[in-house]
Amino acid sequence: MKHLLSSEDLTREEIITLLDTATRMAELSGAKKLPTLRGFTVVNLFFEDSTRTRISFEAAAKRLSADVINFSAKGSSVSKGESLKDTALTLQAMGADAIVVRHPASGSAYRLANAGWISGSVINAGDGTHQHPTQSLLDAYTLRNHFGEIGGDLGGKEIAIVGDILHSRVARSNIFLLSSLGARVHVIAPPTLLPIGVETWPCSVHLNLDDVLPKLDAIMMLRIQSERMSDSYFPSELEYSKRYGLDARRLALLPEHAIVMHPGPMNRGLEISATVADSKQSVIVEQVANGVLIRMAVLFHILAGETL
Amino acid sequence: MSDIVGARLVLDASEITRALTRISHEIVERSKGASDVVLLGIPTRGAFIAERLANNLALIQEHPVQVGTIDITLFRDDLRRQPMRTLMQTQIPDGSIENSLVILVDDVFFSGRTVRAALDALNEFGRPRTVQLAVLIDRGHRELPIRADYVGKNLPTSLDEKVIVHLAEIDGEDAVYIGGGA
Repeated sequence: MKHLLSSEDLTREEIITLLDTATRMAELSGAKKLPTLRGFTVVNLFFEDSTRTRISFEAAAKRLSADVINFSAKGSSVSKGESLKDTALTLQAMGADAIVVRHPASGSAYRLANAGWISGSVINAGDGTHQHPTQSLLDAYTLRNHFGEIGGDLGGKEIAIVGDILHSRVARSNIFLLSSLGARVHVIAPPTLLPIGVETWPCSVHLNLDDVLPKLDAIMMLRIQSERMSDSYFPSELEYSKRYGLDARRLALLPEHAIVMHPGPMNRGLEISATVADSKQSVIVEQVANGVLIRMAVLFHILAGETL
Repeated sequence: MSDIVGARLVLDASEITRALTRISHEIVERSKGASDVVLLGIPTRGAFIAERLANNLALIQEHPVQVGTIDITLFRDDLRRQPMRTLMQTQIPDGSIENSLVILVDDVFFSGRTVRAALDALNEFGRPRTVQLAVLIDRGHRELPIRADYVGKNLPTSLDEKVIVHLAEIDGEDAVYIGGGA
């Protein structure tokens, strides 16, 4: 694996290998530090705000003893008008083995990997509304910890993704990745927040949340992304919350074994109520911890997986 | 039964059992009762040998011995030269090796690089009182100043020969073969 750009590029076997490696990384949590990537340089190239993804990649790289350079567009030459290409050439000259990139434009990670600007690997940490493959890997890992076992997939599990599908790279990544693992994916959203062509994706589409709840093994609530919303997609936050928010009443409709997920950051009271977010069925904090493990697995496979 | 053409049997099942029984008694003798022994097998086959030694020690001592596994893939110094390996299970008994007598267990002792990696790994997990090494086969050709404390069989080999250990747990039989070479 040279780059990780999209969850659609991953085969079922590659996904399972990455999840298994993350499990092994968890078993090594008693070790102070792992020397594996000593001498490798990982650059976090963030053109968009992020807390957990950047910190998570940084923690993962440092745990594997890689050198980490953090680059955020704010306060850099990008704010003076430097292009992605010139930024990439600069990083190439500094000798980056892997570039973790987040960018508001869909396709930017692909461009960075394939334009011939750099020789290192590119890991997509979110490109516009397109893909966020490590988020879907950590979600799959969290799900497998609850419902599966090492070496296994998510065959037959019923998983719902609810909310702003239109703007969500998390939804796109998860729909393809979870269905590659054999899960049945349900997408639930108001029609205004469904993208054109959603019927061609490997998932079923519903407009009513309550109907789907009783058969679910897991429900993933998406954040309402006001920063990407230039129009009004629903009449009011209150109405959205009433029809598509996960509150205590809807939590009671879920089976007892079902888990509640959210990629963060949450809008408490909008797509998820505080009661649900802090309930026993919520695995939101677990997802963050698993993010470090899955990013260690990705860095390991990308950097140490290549033969010279 | 071996995958290498012209391979020759050097240890059969009963010889392997006897070697492991002898090692178990040596461990009890040298550790004065094996009370704080932690056996750590290096996957894949070292882990099965560690299990067998633990069973032997439990019978001899009439108290259970701690046994676990330690995968050393992430501690290797040749990751840039070797194709990627699948990570195997690591399981440190009670999560700690602090102040215990750790005995690393592997099937074949060759260059010593695996053991060096295992020593590095141990260092990340804590500070054992003593670390010892038990191996089923010592085939020589050390590249590092490391020696074994317990050896099942010393097997003189040439560098281009291959030592193949089969264990019933995964290979369906207990046997050691030597093959290849000129």
